[in-house]
Amino acid sequence: MAHSSTAHAHEHAHDHGPQGILKYIWSTDHKIIGMQYMFTGMFMALIGGFMAYTFRMQLAFPGADIPLFGVVSPGEYNALVTNHGSIMIFWVAMPVLIAAFGNYLIPLMIGADDMVFPRLNRLSYQIFLLSAILIIASQFVPGGGFGGAWTSYPPLSANPAYNLTGLGATMWLLAVALEFVAFLLGGINFIVTLMNARAPGMRAYDIPIVVWMIVIASILFMLSVGPLMAGAVMLLFDQTLGTGFFDPGTGGDPILWQHLFWFFGHPEVYVVLLPALGFVAEIITVFSRKKLFGYKTVLYTAVATAILSFFVWAHHQFVAGIDPRMANVFTVTTLLISIPIAEVLFVIIATLYRGSITLTVPMLWALAFVAEFLIGGVTGIFLGASGADIYFHDTYFVLAHFHYTFFPIAIIGTFAAVTMWFPKMFGRMMNEKLGRIHFWLTVTAFNFIFIPLFILGTAGQHRRIYDYNHFPQLATEGLQDLRIVATTATVVLLLSQVLFLFNFFHSLFKGEKAPDNPWKSNTLEWTTSSPPPHGNWPPDAMPNVYRGPYEYSVEGREDDYWPQNQPA
Amino acid sequence: MKPIATTRSASSIPTGRLAIWWVLASEVVIFGGLLGSYIMHRLGHPEWGETAAHTNTWIGAFNTLVLLTSSLMAVLAHDAAEQGDGKKAARFIGMTMLGGITFACVKSFEWYTEISHGFTITLNGFWSFYYTAAGLHALHVIAGTIIMGFIAFDANRGRELQRVELIGIYWHFVDIVWIFLFPLLYIAK
Repeated sequence: MAHSSTAHAHEHAHDHGPQGILKYIWSTDHKIIGMQYMFTGMFMALIGGFMAYTFRMQLAFPGADIPLFGVVSPGEYNALVTNHGSIMIFWVAMPVLIAAFGNYLIPLMIGADDMVFPRLNRLSYQIFLLSAILIIASQFVPGGGFGGAWTSYPPLSANPAYNLTGLGATMWLLAVALEFVAFLLGGINFIVTLMNARAPGMRAYDIPIVVWMIVIASILFMLSVGPLMAGAVMLLFDQTLGTGFFDPGTGGDPILWQHLFWFFGHPEVYVVLLPALGFVAEIITVFSRKKLFGYKTVLYTAVATAILSFFVWAHHQFVAGIDPRMANVFTVTTLLISIPIAEVLFVIIATLYRGSITLTVPMLWALAFVAEFLIGGVTGIFLGASGADIYFHDTYFVLAHFHYTFFPIAIIGTFAAVTMWFPKMFGRMMNEKLGRIHFWLTVTAFNFIFIPLFILGTAGQHRRIYDYNHFPQLATEGLQDLRIVATTATVVLLLSQVLFLFNFFHSLFKGEKAPDNPWKSNTLEWTTSSPPPHGNWPPDAMPNVYRGPYEYSVEGREDDYWPQNQPA
Repeated sequence: MKPIATTRSASSIPTGRLAIWWVLASEVVIFGGLLGSYIMHRLGHPEWGETAAHTNTWIGAFNTLVLLTSSLMAVLAHDAAEQGDGKKAARFIGMTMLGGITFACVKSFEWYTEISHGFTITLNGFWSFYYTAAGLHALHVIAGTIIMGFIAFDANRGRELQRVELIGIYWHFVDIVWIFLFPLLYIAK
């Protein structure tokens, strides 16, 4: 170990090297990187939200001059819906749910001072940032942003002559591929950190559920994204070199892309769902002051969900001409996967049962998640059944179902987590009253957007249409009124986020100082100061773990909580 | 200073080795998706056998031999590193790199000949897969060779000897991918 002293000194200087603004953009500290992901995700959410506003306005008032945007042309409409979907999934849900909270929470919750590979972690964010810049830049190139839908099906996506957005399509593909690389690097870091860097005494069943969820999601992502990475290279060659991987004219097959895409795309739903379920489980337990009902059940069902999710992808392709016998198989697997998810929801409800519930803002969000996600889950049964799906496919019913799953996951789940861990992240409390108003406005408006869209979908309104006046049976006044309701609710939803942003930034600087453990929670992140210092705990006082994370209201104890690091 | 997290080993597997296996897991599905797609297409297009007959099996076999030999060198480098002999490990890594460089040179010559005879990536589905799969593999060879340069530099000074094993694991993986590619692209006619 003769080499270590000089290397040691050098690395040490490097660790504390960046000062001032550089501290925030060149740091290897997992907390800073988590916040970088969170702020980038929030910024991208504003862009994605603005896109939703523009095309919703076009649908409610076709051809109108939209404030802040102007008249939406058909080409722009396609680019707006495509990029709204892509940005919300790849640049909002993924970075915020997994990367931001994974980075922030994993080391803190397992009692480590950082990720095992801090510089790899920084590289992961930088690649992600590059991909975000690329997708934004692609909106402004000649031809405009990619307009071939977020699923990017060939031949539409493969040939500029069909999609008319040649450059935008290639930039979209590169941005998505870079984003995958960023999350592969981050995911490997998360998995290895959990496996190796746990505090002394922390056994498998002492790990907080949310950490399990994020790591299972990372493994799921890693194992499902590979074929799509290969598919992305093939599609890129189709676009730029003129190969014909997905072109039947040269012996290729466009359905192949659908398989590669959905082999990733469906597990992806669970990649983002699991972390959100993790947040909800943590929050419900803390604010029910009860032990989580069935820790192992939650863990095993998460694993079962992850495994099953590899065998459901073709339910997206029931009308793509797949063998009806295969469709039957995929109907069965799709209906099966609702069992473990329902089980987790029952566990959460059982945890609430006879608990001493406090309706704090994070708790409101967590409860709303359960209620709203339930609607998303139940409507999925209609679509998973191949018979019903033939009617519902490509209608707004699919779109509304999808948003009833993703909105609770990506938006409600995120708000639950942000309001829960804000005091730890920034050392300040958020304003409760503003938080409640924001909560009720957001959740109410959300239902007013998507319940009308369910009705429109059952009425036969198909997706990705610029102007329904071209379809007489869909251009009736009754249906148009529903579109206007949904659009009005979209505007209300977006405007209410101003409240959140105000609350967030005002509390950041002016909020009441937060104590170390404002929610009286057991997990390790609350045993250090708010916000935690670089290294999280003093190097000579790293925590040891003595028990599981959910020992609330234990009989015979004075306190109703029992931190994991407190010796018996 | 390395974080405390990096020095812990709750699973009792060294952190670096654990990470490299997860890297390989993510690589397996990438190559798996590509080769799976190729096999499905190949089964649907028996006529690709004729066009595959234009690949040069002897060059492919020679490159297989080169990669297998270089893998042996990687094992010898690991052995030297285990004994704490950094200089010897660096020498063996150098020989592994030589294998990687030879492989890339032979590959360039092979592709140059094929392209100049009109067998380009756009000719038909077989050649598209041929260049894409072998190209992705060749990128891994080149990346591994470059990384080995850094590791040999450190090992020669007795630093970070555990990395010799890690790059060896990666190199064997690159080797195994080729063991799949060779019969699929060259032998199956």
